[in-house]
Amino acid sequence: MAEITFLEALRQGLWEEMERDERVFILGEDVGIYGGAFKVTEGFVKRFGEARVIDTPISEAAIVGAAAGAAHMGMRPVAEMQFIDFISCAYDMLTNYVATARYRAGLSTPIVVRGPCGGYVRGGPFHSQNPEAAFFHTPGLKIVYPATARDAKGLIKSAIRDDDPVLYLEHKWLYRRIKEQLPEGEEVLTPIGEARLAREGKDLSIVTYGATVWKALEAAEALQQQDGVSVEILDLRTLLPLDDAAIMRTVKQTNKVLIVHEDTRTGGVAGEIAARINEQAFEWLDGPIMRVTAHDVPLPYAPTLEDYVLPQTDDIVKAARWLAAY
Amino acid sequence: MTSRAIPATEPSQPAIPADLSRGQLLEIYRYLRLTRTLEERLTALYRQSKVIGGLFRSLGQEGESVASAYALERGRHRDILSPLIRNLGSLLVMGAKPVEILRQYMAKADGPTRGRDTNVHFNDLELGYLGQISHLGDMFPVMAGITLTFKMRGEPRVGLVYIGDGGTSTGTFHEGLNFAAVQRCPLVVIGEYNHWAYSTPAEKQFGVKDLAEKAKGYGIPAVTVDGNDVFAVYAASKHAVERARRGKGVHFIEVKTYRRKGHAEHDDQHYVPPGELERWARENDPIDRYVKQLLRSEWVKEGDLAEIDASVGEEVDRATDVCADERLPEPASALPGVYADPPAADTLWFRRV
Ligand SMILES: Cc1ncc(C[n+]2csc(CCOP(=O)(O)OP(=O)(O)O)c2C)c(N)n1
Ligand SMILES: [Mg+2]
Repeated sequence: MAEITFLEALRQGLWEEMERDERVFILGEDVGIYGGAFKVTEGFVKRFGEARVIDTPISEAAIVGAAAGAAHMGMRPVAEMQFIDFISCAYDMLTNYVATARYRAGLSTPIVVRGPCGGYVRGGPFHSQNPEAAFFHTPGLKIVYPATARDAKGLIKSAIRDDDPVLYLEHKWLYRRIKEQLPEGEEVLTPIGEARLAREGKDLSIVTYGATVWKALEAAEALQQQDGVSVEILDLRTLLPLDDAAIMRTVKQTNKVLIVHEDTRTGGVAGEIAARINEQAFEWLDGPIMRVTAHDVPLPYAPTLEDYVLPQTDDIVKAARWLAAY
Repeated sequence: MTSRAIPATEPSQPAIPADLSRGQLLEIYRYLRLTRTLEERLTALYRQSKVIGGLFRSLGQEGESVASAYALERGRHRDILSPLIRNLGSLLVMGAKPVEILRQYMAKADGPTRGRDTNVHFNDLELGYLGQISHLGDMFPVMAGITLTFKMRGEPRVGLVYIGDGGTSTGTFHEGLNFAAVQRCPLVVIGEYNHWAYSTPAEKQFGVKDLAEKAKGYGIPAVTVDGNDVFAVYAASKHAVERARRGKGVHFIEVKTYRRKGHAEHDDQHYVPPGELERWARENDPIDRYVKQLLRSEWVKEGDLAEIDASVGEEVDRATDVCADERLPEPASALPGVYADPPAADTLWFRRV
């Protein structure tokens, strides 16, 4: 078994689905001969041809809208946003057209919209965004956000097979940083809607997703060693629909919850999670539900500023320590 | 193009086109050279990891940037342009300083956005430039609004906005241009046909041969010019700018040029047909062509140009020395300025425990 990167795992997942099902095709900017800005689709056009790997004009609304139309006709399109920041240009298509199609009109729209998201890479305000909250508020969409190489592969495959539109968010900080051994010859599928216990613990739970899963793991290690505090970590993997059962299970296990995300605080996913815990497991809490998130500003470019705005491992350590002592 | 009486003293010397003076020819040369030299410096700083993010070159496109901007009225509260990543030359013409550009790329505390935004995303509305955001096409509606305001206030001012061949595929390009056309805003559009949008050739971007054909759909006049001919771009821009100033509305200028570097410095351009880059470099460099024209017509002497080269080199050295080791912004300076009121975002609780 060879070690592969998060990016390679995603690539494999896409490749396998293209091989398995001829209805699957890819469309996006520079996905063909260039292989995508981050090389996720490198070599695809050679294997599958220009008819199934389509270099599009710089038209995100058309990319998503055309994917939707093709999906109505029984195709399984995977649309790439060159950076997820440009998904805002397709917001109307996604929220008004795609998300409502089944409910309104009984139309099936099995599309995947994927792209590199996230910060910690000095990308500045337009190449670092985490757009989940804008779509989290839209019934009809599903949102997945893998943190491991295995889930990068397992979730892209499940997203392609899902009968509903799925937003697949891939953190570019994880692309080449995360490596993992994946079984060869065995189908890797991660079910949509199921969280993953990333670390077991007794004293406190961290509920998180994406790049901050890894920061939380680092923090948990430090807390174990320095304070003897045992931290449980739930990697959500799917944001919409949320895995309420897994969240409540960990709340009942540790009775204290810290929710961590890289996105800004106000209106972020953590607020919804806190509300659900409040509604479903209030009597199990031994302390306030606390959040570690980015500060409420556009993400700045300079390393000093970006580091300040985004949640860091050390922030999680301090926050967890405070909560453990509560 | 205007013809002028040939002075009796210099019988062999052709008249300078487009009513340009000898001093202006040298000034244009200075901006061309400054653009290229400054970008070469940025490349060196990028390789030393001093430039924090990506680096985008305009090699081979300096001519159209400088010549189009040069057609505007410059100074405080005059014309306003909105440049793209490959319009460093336009920014310099409008009065942006090399040291500001260096600071911006290196995310310095004293840079124009104090480390908040990248590359040429900065502005000085008084001097007349409004930086783009990354989302291509977005500056079209905004420049429509800026020029609409010129019109509403009866000010004889003009706006100019750039778009790449790829950028013309965005919705905002269409909406903004259509809006400006219907409102007859005093707006000049420079459509940069440089053959590539990242790795995507123009044929995959639109069905027309020339960008100028797109202008028909908006009912605005358009021309296609050789974008690597400084005089041609200047003359076309001057005409369009004056027309807009006279209240005749939007004008579209397509400049045919070529992106000789990758999309950004990391791009190895493996998708470019062999020989193409070399051919453009050899036969169609806008600065080489401009210099040849100046010297062949004896409008300037080689020594004049050498003097400018030397002073540009010194200026870029000085600017680099001033800022290369400057500090990055203070971390907590990330919080102020999201709103006018409240003045700063909250420091989150976990930073205070
Ligand atoms: C709306 C939007 N989608 C995607 C991108 C990513 N992107 C940045 S530059 C670029 C290519 C631009 O090509 P063109 O407009 O021809 O300008 P050039 O780079 O040739 O100067 C792309 C796709 C973007 N900036 N904005
Ligand atoms: Mg282009």
